[in-house]
Amino acid sequence: MPRATSDAKLLIQSLGKAYAATPTNLKIIDLYVVFVVATALIQVAYMGLVGSFPFNSFLSGVLSCIGTAVLAVCLRIQVNKDNKEFKDLPPERAFADFVLCNLVLHLVIMNFLG
Amino acid sequence: MAPPALDSLPAPLRSLRLKTKQQELLLRVSALALIYVLAFAVRLFSVLRYESMIHEFDPYFNYRTTLFLTENGFSEFWNWFDSESWYPLGRVVGGTLFPGLMVTAALLHRLLHALSLAVHIREVCVLTAPFFAANTTLVAYAFGREIWDSGAGLVAAALIAIVPGYISRSVAGSYDNEGVAIFALLLTFYLFVRAVNTGSLAWALASAFGYFYMVSAWGGYVFIINLIPLYVLVLLVTGRYSQRLYVAYNCMYVLGMLLAMQIRFVGFQHVQSGEHMAAMGVFFLLQVFFFLDWVQYLLNDARLFKSFLRITLTCVITVGALALGIGTASGYISPWTGRFYSLLDPTYAKDHIPIIASVSEHQPTAWSSFMFDFHILLFLFPAGLYFCFKRLSDATIFIVMYGLTSMYFAGVMVRLILVAAPAVCLISAIAASATIKNLTTLIRTKSRSPQTTSGKTTGSKAAAKGAVDQSLPFQHNAAIALLLGAFYLLSRYAIHCTWVTSEAYSSPSIVLAARGHNGGRVIFDDYREAYYWLRQNTPPDAKIMSWWDYGYQITAMGNRTVIVDNNTWNNTHIATVGRAMSSYEDEAYEIMQSLDVNYVLVVFGGVTGYSSDDINKFLWMVRIGGGVFPVIKEPDYLVNGEYRIDKGAAPKMLNCLMYKLCYYRFGELTTEYGKPPGYDRVRGVEIGNKDIKLEYLEEAFTTSNWIVRIYKVKPPKNRS
Repeated sequence: MPRATSDAKLLIQSLGKAYAATPTNLKIIDLYVVFVVATALIQVAYMGLVGSFPFNSFLSGVLSCIGTAVLAVCLRIQVNKDNKEFKDLPPERAFADFVLCNLVLHLVIMNFLG
Repeated sequence: MAPPALDSLPAPLRSLRLKTKQQELLLRVSALALIYVLAFAVRLFSVLRYESMIHEFDPYFNYRTTLFLTENGFSEFWNWFDSESWYPLGRVVGGTLFPGLMVTAALLHRLLHALSLAVHIREVCVLTAPFFAANTTLVAYAFGREIWDSGAGLVAAALIAIVPGYISRSVAGSYDNEGVAIFALLLTFYLFVRAVNTGSLAWALASAFGYFYMVSAWGGYVFIINLIPLYVLVLLVTGRYSQRLYVAYNCMYVLGMLLAMQIRFVGFQHVQSGEHMAAMGVFFLLQVFFFLDWVQYLLNDARLFKSFLRITLTCVITVGALALGIGTASGYISPWTGRFYSLLDPTYAKDHIPIIASVSEHQPTAWSSFMFDFHILLFLFPAGLYFCFKRLSDATIFIVMYGLTSMYFAGVMVRLILVAAPAVCLISAIAASATIKNLTTLIRTKSRSPQTTSGKTTGSKAAAKGAVDQSLPFQHNAAIALLLGAFYLLSRYAIHCTWVTSEAYSSPSIVLAARGHNGGRVIFDDYREAYYWLRQNTPPDAKIMSWWDYGYQITAMGNRTVIVDNNTWNNTHIATVGRAMSSYEDEAYEIMQSLDVNYVLVVFGGVTGYSSDDINKFLWMVRIGGGVFPVIKEPDYLVNGEYRIDKGAAPKMLNCLMYKLCYYRFGELTTEYGKPPGYDRVRGVEIGNKDIKLEYLEEAFTTSNWIVRIYKVKPPKNRS
């Protein structure tokens, strides 16, 4: 339907415009998330090629990507100045939490890698 | 404002006058300290009455593994293959247990030794459960304060310190997983609710660690990994999605799942088992919610967003349904296992898995058990629900869901009253605290208002105030009466809990006590007598065949190899033993030869009136054996559907191995004055077959009260 396609085009355009207006630090975090998710997809594709043995190594690889992506998104939420709920949270504290959680995540991953 | 009475104190003491806030802090801390000590002390009845020993059956396995851990270190423990149980199969202990309890006790033991307090590991094991019960009261206080206020927290701590539903599995000596697991459960829930309330990553990380401790401690962690996603789903459906929820759940789920997979027994279940799929589903749902929320914020245009919403929702729902369908159909996502499936369908176990159905703790709960284990909390619980609904917040929604789901499961299986106990205590604490607070406020305002109205002079106002004054004293008295009633109820609760603990939940089950003819206490220590006889009088590589109940105790105290034990992981092996017990002596001898059995152990209560003996359990042996070997048929042992052991019993019953071993030489014994010899005091009848001759076994040992009987299997004759 022509209205649907023009709607879709309008959607993408307004999304692109609004996204361009986000601050740079948030865009860096978004780029990191995209990179990590791409890494996870590559690992899944590789697993599809060669099979899933040893399963624990595959899981630790994929879950480290998902984990750090999720933590980065949480950091983005807490650092975003437009978020009223996290107004009193200093960005240093948010970053410290992010680093601590990533540390725990990667220690567990290293134990699980086998 | 300081009370005037303290002004009359001498000058040095006047500096100790506390402000109201400090007074309140002192009251709270001292109340918590007393509750802590109370929770520990009320669980010590059996240690004071008998001795410091491990109770029941399962704790003996935990004790043996803890002993192994302290002697050989963690690496040996984690990779331990035990060849002393389930002969000839052996058991991979390191990969089939939940290590949390053992590691906790071993760490406490090491800490005490580092402080130069050289306690034996058995004492540490006996007192681990009361120690963690005391810690649970502190967590309950913090949780109550998080949900409602500090008053409710204090009441919750006091209630949970003595609630019989929790005491039943955490007395001193009950060294079982639940003693530590309930602490871990409540801690995980508290940390998660705190993370949702604050939206902080640090609290979510803490709750992931709490979840890890819970997974390492008990198989009931499945409750957490299903309740929390259900809670998130309810929040999403009621329109309470917030970014704090996103942060809390995501961090807890990913880190918690990773940590949980480090336990070998759990393995990859978090990504493969159907019981854990709800958590993953909610994880993806939350991502969708966040994404839509973000796009809505970016677009700022309602119409465009609506079309975007439609596209996304259709895509997500199709992909999700496809993934779930393919996963379940191809068998990659395993269906719910029998133990948890029987929670959703209580009749499932009785028809399909007799081993699960035979455990007395897995039976549905009667109302009397609820009253016995909860007392006044039963009617404070609905009142608390009312208060929670009046002040709905993320935290109160959680406790309401925890309470309702756990009460449902408590109704399905008696053992799960334990899981419901903390929720019931918290919700009842809200009701009690809010009611008492309202009543005391009512009393205080009434005592102040007569002074304010005394100064008024205007006629109509005075008349109106006078009319109000007349109804106030009535309410004042009613409030005092209600307050006294509330305190009376709470004191009855305390009395009931102490009585229940003392009478019902403090028996070690391995040592039996009864009242003699002259009223004095008689102790039956037959079990330990038999196990120590085994330890001292049989060759070290002897193999003992008994019913699976006694397996853990035989390996722990008798230090001998057993054929089957309480782990019940191999149904066919147990069915083989059941078949041997239910067959005639010659058939049973062949089975015993194939299993290399040297000694057979049976438990018999006919002389003392001890009713949990093997003759009462015998039908379960028949059912389990018959489930695998159709040659054993239950109707062969019954007469007109009735289970009898007297002269009218079925011939197969009168000649099977279990009957012979239990009643060997019993026909010559007079057990009760005025009754014929061979009178079974449990079944209340004279036995049918008194003239028993054993061909392939010989009696090795019978304990002083005939409770445990051990027989030696004779080697085959030299000439065939």
